[in-house]
Amino acid sequence: MNWGSAGEFFAMGGYAFYVWGSFGVTALFLLVEVVMVVHRKRTIVQRLGRRMRMQAEVKQ
Amino acid sequence: MRQINWFKYSSPATFYPLAGKLIPYFAALAAALTVAGLYLGFFVAPTDYKQGEGYRIIFIHVPAAWMSMFIYVVMAAYAGMGLVFNTRLSSLMATALAPTGALFTFLALWTGALWGKPMWGAWWVWDARLTSELILLFLYIGFMSLKAAIDDPRRAARASGLLAIIGVINVPIIYKSVEWWNTLHQGATIKSSGTSMETTMLTAMLVMTLAMWMYTIAVVLARVRCEILEAERDTEWVATELGKSP
Repeated sequence: MNWGSAGEFFAMGGYAFYVWGSFGVTALFLLVEVVMVVHRKRTIVQRLGRRMRMQAEVKQ
Repeated sequence: MRQINWFKYSSPATFYPLAGKLIPYFAALAAALTVAGLYLGFFVAPTDYKQGEGYRIIFIHVPAAWMSMFIYVVMAAYAGMGLVFNTRLSSLMATALAPTGALFTFLALWTGALWGKPMWGAWWVWDARLTSELILLFLYIGFMSLKAAIDDPRRAARASGLLAIIGVINVPIIYKSVEWWNTLHQGATIKSSGTSMETTMLTAMLVMTLAMWMYTIAVVLARVRCEILEAERDTEWVATELGKSP
């Protein structure tokens, strides 16, 4: 174990800004990417579904 | 003997449901490996005798940099297959890989800046390693912009595919830059002759690399499903597929 306390852990031996800036931005961006892909999938399915229904109406 | 049809899964219609089934497994692996890698990186790997706790940036910096180069090679390989065999799925895969590759390139540069500042005293230097990695980011952006700028999908795939293949030359340059030029960036820690790293540090780094690898597979499979739906929107199977799950 490297840390005596939670405070010591978050202080990262004085490198808190650099270490948490690296891990934090990485976590944030990966999360944003996942949200964007999930959102895109949902939008495409909705749009194509609407298109299909419209084409079905035209055929009738 | 049963014949295996290798081209079966190169058809978008068969690949789409397969990709959908695989995503949860890769996502779960990515999550488990991230937890394990972070635990090893923060709680098991010891403090560095020279860089103190600041060195822990390595556990995302090096995996992100590796992924940025690896994804580029895979992307160019798919683009090449698309050009040679004219398979639709290949260029869709190349398109799906590019944003994640660009993201890892950005993260390698970002974490590099945050590591460079306390250790070298500079966020950025125009050093061979850093500059060639920046060029990699521009190659990803160029690939995506070129693809988006051309309306005809086949022409877009051909032009961007060519750019991707030519850009591959940059990958060995990044890799070897620390040997070929005098740079501020440190040399390779892991060489064929062995590594100069402490075992737990090395393990943490490799586990984080695997985690990012699994993450990449999961997110790229999800994105290629979007690309497939858009490319094949007028086909019968997409209509059936969307009818199944509204």
